Amino acid sequence: MKGFVAALALLFPVPAFAAALEGEAQRQPLNLVAILMFVAFVGLTLWITKAAAARTRTASDFYTAGGGISGFQNGLAMAGDYMSAASFLGISAQIFNDGYDGLIYSTGFLVGWPILLFLMAERLRNLGRYTFADVASYRFAQPPVRSFAAVSTLLVVSFYLIAQMVGAGQLIKLLFGLPYAVAVVIVGALMMLYVLFGGMRATTWVQIIKAVLLLGGASFMALMVLAQMGFSLEALFARAVEVKTEAALSSGATMAEAAERGRSIMGPGNFIKDPVSAISFGLALMLGTAGLPHILMRFFTVPDAKEARKSVLWATGWIGYFYILTFIIGFGAIVLVGTDGNYLDGEGALRGGGNMAAIHLAHAIGGNAFLGFISAVAFATILAVVAGLTLSAASAVSHDLYATVFKNGRASSADELRVSRLTTLALGALAVLLGLVFEKQNVAFMVSLAFALAASGNFPVLILSLLWSGCTTRGAAWGGTIGLLTAFVLTLLSPAVWTTTFGLGPAPFPYSSAAIFSVPAGFLSIWLISLLDRSPRAAVDRAGYTAQRVRAETGIGAFAASDH
Amino acid sequence: MKGREEAWVAAVVADPRYHALVAARARLGWLLSIIIFTAFAGYLLLIAFDKALLGAPIGTGVTSIGIPVGLGLILLAIALTGVYVAHANRHHDARMAAILSDHAPAQEHGA
Repeated sequence: MKGFVAALALLFPVPAFAAALEGEAQRQPLNLVAILMFVAFVGLTLWITKAAAARTRTASDFYTAGGGISGFQNGLAMAGDYMSAASFLGISAQIFNDGYDGLIYSTGFLVGWPILLFLMAERLRNLGRYTFADVASYRFAQPPVRSFAAVSTLLVVSFYLIAQMVGAGQLIKLLFGLPYAVAVVIVGALMMLYVLFGGMRATTWVQIIKAVLLLGGASFMALMVLAQMGFSLEALFARAVEVKTEAALSSGATMAEAAERGRSIMGPGNFIKDPVSAISFGLALMLGTAGLPHILMRFFTVPDAKEARKSVLWATGWIGYFYILTFIIGFGAIVLVGTDGNYLDGEGALRGGGNMAAIHLAHAIGGNAFLGFISAVAFATILAVVAGLTLSAASAVSHDLYATVFKNGRASSADELRVSRLTTLALGALAVLLGLVFEKQNVAFMVSLAFALAASGNFPVLILSLLWSGCTTRGAAWGGTIGLLTAFVLTLLSPAVWTTTFGLGPAPFPYSSAAIFSVPAGFLSIWLISLLDRSPRAAVDRAGYTAQRVRAETGIGAFAASDH
Repeated sequence: MKGREEAWVAAVVADPRYHALVAARARLGWLLSIIIFTAFAGYLLLIAFDKALLGAPIGTGVTSIGIPVGLGLILLAIALTGVYVAHANRHHDARMAAILSDHAPAQEHGA
């Protein structure tokens, strides 16, 4: 342990290290168990990457693991791709603070999955090969629609990625006692190794392992919490209300006020302030899920539509189960962490920051060893999510922009693979750089921005190109762009960005989410532009619908799993 | 290859069974989508307009009405995906396979 600290001190400039160490001394000691478990995880995943690298020869291997992933495996990997550290730590922390409100988030994150299954999953698999742009541009002129899809993918992925990198840096600094910059570089470097050498095969296995670890760890936590409460949710809630009431009393509230504040954790609070924001936020989460490029890409890793269907059932099941666990964990934290002075600072706030509720609970339940395990799982979680994001952005650049738009579909598999890898390197470097630049910024809005962009651009383009015969190239490309821009501009003008992040005063756009305006803007623009489109290309687009529909519904001509 | 595929597509389009099946599948998809959408929108509207209702205790206990409603929504999402997958596996796949093989080009029959 001393040797490790000394080695770190040699590696990093003294002031940065001293500051981090100082912070650690008060918060979390350098956690050897966590580091050992994390090293074991990295060792295992790098070994898998090495094995995957030997089997990654073609573009199909790289983008879709040769299409040979089963529905069950893919469902777990989708869950691994979707359950971010932010949702584990963030939602349990929100429940720790406000109780019920965290559940609203969880339901919003889940309800997009059934929609994805009912309207898109099978058709996506039947028409697509590597990226969702394959599907969106199926019967259209390739360059405009592909360019739209690639730009949209890069935007969605960038915002999602920045939020993950910044979260990763801060989390790892806190959990492992490493400086922020080192943490960001480690995440960037590992993610590049996975994607660069192992492609989709390694990324899939990283996501599966992470999903199993996270679900296992969270199950254990929820089980232990329930065991302490005699397996009664009623007892858990009653005790949590008691704790919150006592806390309010000790902060000087009157008896009635305290009782009301204690009781408030059992119902929706101030998290959603007005009806428009509530509906808008729900819409962004629900439809955004069905437009996230890194999730859509996972549909091309299974052999056929039937396995695609099964993937969603498994993913929905695991993710729903995970959110129920998170709910119990959040309330468990109120009861077990909120009453223990070891986890609180002088003012009654959580040591190490607001997101630490689940981490402290891990310690309260299983001591240092389990704390180490959960910390390592949180790190692994971030790696799995950023690897998936990077892979989908790299495919948008190499498959959609390079191979289809610039090379007119005449790029060789080897060339495409080379461009993917170069893009991965560039993206990894960019992600680390952005992670460093945004260290001190409040990036909480970036995940909801990513969802709003996906809901307003990708989702309308996919739905209308799949289900409306009148949709044309011009409608999809321009209408989708208008949807994206509306979401982007309105988010910039919203309180979270305008007021909180940039400090520019009262926000011109008063609602917390743009989706209620930007999703209809996307749909209406595509519809109107397609309707007015009298170009010769529009006639070709409309005439192509019947054949596209049959292929989407039946799987005739679908790209099959590769031979090896 | 391409020409054979196009002939296959044309033959399938001409089959009324294909249209009946696709319409049935679309009906199920839209019906389930509307159910989950309505349930979620209703939940959000309740949160927006009647917070007190969701916060009210069930009977004399502490657990609020909002808990089974919220957790129920999660279970509903899982249950509906289950319904769709079971229905598609049990009814749609076999019917589609029959239509496709009836019209399959000779060389690809049974493939």
